[in-house]
Amino acid sequence: MRVKLSAFALGALVLVVLPFVLTDFRTVQLATVGAYFIAILGLDVLTGHSGQISLGHGAFMAVGAYTTAILMANHGVRDLWTIPIAAGVAGVIGLLAGVPALRLSGLYLALATFGIAVVLPTILKKFDHFTGGSTGITLFGKPTQTGHGVGVWGLTNNQWLYALTWTVGGVVFLIAWWLLDSRFGRSLRAIRDSELAAVASGVNRAKYKVLAFGVSAAFAGVAGALLAINVAYVAPDTFPIQLSLYLLVGAVVGFFGSIWGAVFGALLIQFLPDIVGLIPHVDTKQAGPTTLFFGLVLVVLMLVLPIVLRAASKLANRSYFGAQ
Amino acid sequence: MIVAAFSDFMQQVVSGLASGGIYALLALALVIIHRSTGVINFAQGEMATLSAFVCWTLVDHGWAFWPAFAATLALSFAGGVTLQAVVIRPIQAGPLLGIVILTIGLLIAFNGLDTWIWGGAAKQFQGPFSTAPIRVGGVAFSKQDLGVIAVALVAVVLMWLLFSKTRLGLGLRAAAVNPVESRLVGIRVAAMLALGWGLAAMLGAVAGVMAAPSLFLEPNMMQTVLLYAFAAAVLGGMDSPIGAVVGGLLLGVLLNLVGTYVHWIGGELRLATALAVILGVLLIRPSGLFGRAALRRA
Repeated sequence: MRVKLSAFALGALVLVVLPFVLTDFRTVQLATVGAYFIAILGLDVLTGHSGQISLGHGAFMAVGAYTTAILMANHGVRDLWTIPIAAGVAGVIGLLAGVPALRLSGLYLALATFGIAVVLPTILKKFDHFTGGSTGITLFGKPTQTGHGVGVWGLTNNQWLYALTWTVGGVVFLIAWWLLDSRFGRSLRAIRDSELAAVASGVNRAKYKVLAFGVSAAFAGVAGALLAINVAYVAPDTFPIQLSLYLLVGAVVGFFGSIWGAVFGALLIQFLPDIVGLIPHVDTKQAGPTTLFFGLVLVVLMLVLPIVLRAASKLANRSYFGAQ
Repeated sequence: MIVAAFSDFMQQVVSGLASGGIYALLALALVIIHRSTGVINFAQGEMATLSAFVCWTLVDHGWAFWPAFAATLALSFAGGVTLQAVVIRPIQAGPLLGIVILTIGLLIAFNGLDTWIWGGAAKQFQGPFSTAPIRVGGVAFSKQDLGVIAVALVAVVLMWLLFSKTRLGLGLRAAAVNPVESRLVGIRVAAMLALGWGLAAMLGAVAGVMAAPSLFLEPNMMQTVLLYAFAAAVLGGMDSPIGAVVGGLLLGVLLNLVGTYVHWIGGELRLATALAVILGVLLIRPSGLFGRAALRRA
């Protein structure tokens, strides 16, 4: 526990110092990393802890982002106050999605959520009176609602976005930590490891699986809201199927089942283009190479992780016998 | 008036059968892999796109269409077998979701590879059939639609012959139903699983090459087709090859008719209709039209 608290304190310290040593451009990139971080935390609660796979988490981000955009553009709400509302709307939709998800086994849940993520942009385009259609919703030119941090404590607009995103990120992380350490988290893991054993021990399977969907979607909604505030623009193509799949890559990179790894997954999503660009003769102005490496990272991890885990458990066993 | 309406209806049915034939081929590929290993191969669509690009490149280098098509099928078969042996076999014994996530990695990787090599811009793919209409009893059908339907039928019949009339097919089916006992009677189960992936990749290649002339060839070409194939496979029953074919044709016609006659849905909600089919079938009758309900000991 003390180790984890120190790790959290150290992480917070690094986050506070970073904007003072990095360029404005990197700062705003890190703000986006914060949004991915929150979405991956949500995916980790759902898939890593309750064992329900979602290939469509970008859809919940879209719900949050559109909630924020519509409230700001059409109803003059200030950006900060839209974040909890976005969480609420996405959370309720998550709970509603969780009920039919109870009936689907892992494979079919993957299929259904994949379908939702593929279809979502077409639905956003269809209901254009509400969502602005293909053109989306612009949040530029709303200085009373966004960028109101400019000048406060000498922050630039990008530094303000960074501070906002990571403050919310820190709070969401603490909530996730607390939730997963409580009865809620234990019940989820019990269900994930053996539904039968969990139910036999009195865990309410339906309640916790649906709740996991709700919490996870609420996190994704917050992430979407922050993304909308950061880029001041939402459109159907902001949330393609690729986003949902990259979140899955991020969650796998961040070691499913441990919220501490989420930040690595989020960093990878943002900075993989820069990393791939380091390879000689590879031009990352075109999307192809980066996409290829995203896929390869996932393939290699899925091949290597079982070996690593097996080796780790062997090591753990050896030290256990050594202690005897 | 009525004649015109009927002719319009028939045209929609035939062009629905043509796109349905493509869905059926890809759905059949999904079902072959799902039957033998219990996995849904999310990369099936992107594998088909890659095959279509290979065929396009051969044609671009001056090959005639049919030799290029045959070479593409052979390459796709080899690619499928290799893919299974290299990345799927090592984690075959692991949890199903791990393999599914790996196929998502393949989906992303193939998409990136296509974009890297051929660029994101859509390419014109000159198919083997002309788009000129052919008149049958006052109704104009497109030759391309009829050609695609014919190719899909030939592919399906060949698959059926292979699976039900040959010794190899018997081995493939046995390995899928009961790998342990198949091994005991001398069937090389690992080879059968790899063969299954090869056949699936080949069927996908037929679907990809047949879809390319009407869809324009670009890296995301099969993404929506994959969703339609999912819908077809789920509708027919994930374990039923006949179901996949019937489901594909049914879905193709249904989507065309709904798109034409229900104006609120139109072309814009075509994908959403397929999703509704997926969700509806999974929630109401998960085994689909032809599948058998999986019994599970709790």
